[in-house]
Amino acid sequence: MPPGGAASALEAPADEAALVARIAAAHAAGEPLAIWGNRTKASLGRPVQTAAAISTRALSGITLYSPSELVIAARAGTPVAELEAALSAEGQHLVAEPPDLSALCGPEDGPPDGPPTIGGVVACNLSGPRRIALGAMRDHVLGVRAVNGAGEVITSGGRVLKNVTGLDLCKLLSGSRGTLAVLTEVTLKVLPAPEATATLVLRGLTAEEGVVALAAGLGSPFGVTGAAFLPDEAAEAAPALGPGGSATILRLEEFAEFIPYRAERLSALLATHGVVRCLDDATSRVLWRSVRDAAPLCVSAAEGVWRLSVRPSSGPRILASLKSWGLRCLLDWGGGLVWATGPATESSHIAVSAAAAAAGGAFWTVRAPPSLRAALPVVPPESPSVAALTRRVKAAFDPKGILSPGRIFAGI
Amino acid sequence: MLAMPAPRAEILARRAEVISALAERVGPGNVIAEPLRLKAYETDAFTAYRRVPLAVVLPETTAQLAAALRYCNEQGIRVVPRAAGTSLSGGALPLEDAVVIGVARMNRILEVDLADRFARVQAGVTNIAITRAVEGEGFFYAPDPSSQLACMIAGNVAMNSGGAHCLKYGVTANNLLGLTMVTVEGEVMEVGGAHLDCAGYDWLGLITGSEGQLGIITEVTVRILRAAEGARAMLVGFGATDVAAAAVADIIASGIIPVALEFMDRACIHACEAFAQAGYPLDADALLIIEVEGSEQEQEVLLGKLAAICERHAPTTMRIAKTAEESAAIWKGRKGAFGAIGRISPDYLCMDGTIPPARLPEAMRAIKTLSERYRLEVANVFHAGDGNLHPLIMFDANDADSFARAEALGADILKLCVELGGCLTGEHGVGVEKRDLMTVQFRAVDLDQQRRIKSAFDPGWILNPHKVFPLVSA
Repeated sequence: MPPGGAASALEAPADEAALVARIAAAHAAGEPLAIWGNRTKASLGRPVQTAAAISTRALSGITLYSPSELVIAARAGTPVAELEAALSAEGQHLVAEPPDLSALCGPEDGPPDGPPTIGGVVACNLSGPRRIALGAMRDHVLGVRAVNGAGEVITSGGRVLKNVTGLDLCKLLSGSRGTLAVLTEVTLKVLPAPEATATLVLRGLTAEEGVVALAAGLGSPFGVTGAAFLPDEAAEAAPALGPGGSATILRLEEFAEFIPYRAERLSALLATHGVVRCLDDATSRVLWRSVRDAAPLCVSAAEGVWRLSVRPSSGPRILASLKSWGLRCLLDWGGGLVWATGPATESSHIAVSAAAAAAGGAFWTVRAPPSLRAALPVVPPESPSVAALTRRVKAAFDPKGILSPGRIFAGI
Repeated sequence: MLAMPAPRAEILARRAEVISALAERVGPGNVIAEPLRLKAYETDAFTAYRRVPLAVVLPETTAQLAAALRYCNEQGIRVVPRAAGTSLSGGALPLEDAVVIGVARMNRILEVDLADRFARVQAGVTNIAITRAVEGEGFFYAPDPSSQLACMIAGNVAMNSGGAHCLKYGVTANNLLGLTMVTVEGEVMEVGGAHLDCAGYDWLGLITGSEGQLGIITEVTVRILRAAEGARAMLVGFGATDVAAAAVADIIASGIIPVALEFMDRACIHACEAFAQAGYPLDADALLIIEVEGSEQEQEVLLGKLAAICERHAPTTMRIAKTAEESAAIWKGRKGAFGAIGRISPDYLCMDGTIPPARLPEAMRAIKTLSERYRLEVANVFHAGDGNLHPLIMFDANDADSFARAEALGADILKLCVELGGCLTGEHGVGVEKRDLMTVQFRAVDLDQQRRIKSAFDPGWILNPHKVFPLVSA
């Protein structure tokens, strides 16, 4: 059983008050706790070596939904699918299109305890293809309630779309993986879901050519909301694409009556890069869901997975460099998000971190054996001055260092 | 009047020594010490409060700025960061015993990359200069605060500035990729870069909107976007505020997110019309200006749908622009709103609370009651889609009683915003103006959490003191 992750050791406080009591007791005792939702992203970070583990899964349910004000709030343990269903009933959606990493969860970390929760998605600041056009998960977090490492309920933000009152803890807690405070409720900005989707596809381009075509689309006035490059094998494995070499794909999401014009103008713009084919609404939705979850990489159980965020034009160079190390990649965010998979070894890991560093970007280990994730940095090392701030800010929330210690950085 | 602690005599006594030490670090030409020149820095756009600083330093490089800030921190001298000084909340208000460190001389655009869609600029570049640098290629920098001709990107980052178009494009925080910040220790901290997501804690998100409490920004990397094919506006008058608010709710619920959705009340309509002759309907109690983007055909379709929605609410007037010129005419009055109020009142306070949009009718009624109680006129102009209110309180600064009533009325309006489920400030920041109201919105435990973060960056609390956080004896 993995340390800090065994389902049998998982406590799930019934409500926020119980969670507060549990954390306050742990704070008093100096007892470290692993913080989870449903553990669908258990391998995303360093293994947490604690005897006790806390899940927010029992804190569940939508607490506010006002479609005409573009706002929804839910307790942290609410399944993402439950929010999506409620939003869908009103023709709205989660803007950042968060991926579901359940299928990538490493076998060594044990199976997930349930579907991805909204708290987990916010705590990991996970965003899908729409990130390139409409922002990350953290950009849509309007308000948070959380319990800090001293067992105090803290709040930040609120339920309004514009709010600059005080320091923005919503963004700081987004992506902090439960190491600063345990989210108990989040309030999100939502948007009308587009009526229709279409995808323009160019086949057989090199990665360099593909990313230039994606940049042309993203630099056009036609509102591209997805821009990905799938190399040969990934394209052939992706739904609705099949044989024909690499695929450069651009998504349009709009009112149905606007799609033909936009697709036609964008196709004309892309014609200099190759033959452009247009996929219909249903096919497009299936394809982008697959890209969102990196499914076209067909990751096998023994392989490692990494995500890199770089300036888009350096995507192809990274793809080539990682290929020489035996890793397979796909590019999203116009080339700026690299998903990589391959042997779950130290040399793969070093190749990924070196590639991110060379491009001046960031990387995350999504999955690798716990021993590797414990021994090597799972995100880029920080400069001494930033590392000092990380320690001080961690202490400002969690003075005894009891919340998921070592989850992002060793010793913090 | 807001309390400001008395300046520390021991710092004032060291003025000559401090000025010469700063001159050594940034060059004598970059230090302002003459009383007459210092007077130019005594306030920002929150002009009711004025304090002449000990000295002003205008470094030309990040290294110079770091040296000046390190010196001040080591000596325990307080520092007020400043960009263009356009803050409406007193965010750049100096103190007699503090050194103002300004970024105005760091005003170069360093890099523009259209393929990767970013621009890297020094902190003193104006907001509009970024758009000017890329608009020839059809791109723009999205946040557009109304001071955009003058305000600088460092100030935009410090206050997380918004604008009229953030319903669609977001505020400053949503349009940043990276920044360089000097810490109080004089360390140069690089955050983010030209890529979208960063690992580790979200320093970019925390620093944006931190109002100069955590460090001084010297460089910023912003996202630039391709502009839509075109934009067009429509103007709709309604007989009652409640009706206009219902129309706004119906528009958002319809699935259309207009690029701008502005609301004006009767007082504001009349003031703007007298000032700009924009052809605004004087019989309307509420006016909406709605703008959409897209191709000619798409604009036509969207304006048609919006017109149909508004028709259901029995508008008293509806004017749909056919051309860019007609759109400009519709915007003319709104864009001149602050000037229009300035014309009919010697002074005004511009408030900035946010409410849930559904509470708009209630907020309007309550503001009217408060306006009568304090015997001061209030004109209202709002970003209606996101509930960001800008009540303009008219008063006479030469009359101490009028000013005191204006401040009390403003505070009551902001408390109302919080009671209705909103917040004290949507885009202007807390600064000194709303400092003492923070306890209305936050519990002690929340403010203490924020204070501990502040202490993690600035253990001696030398940066932008007596602002944002209520004065406490902690």
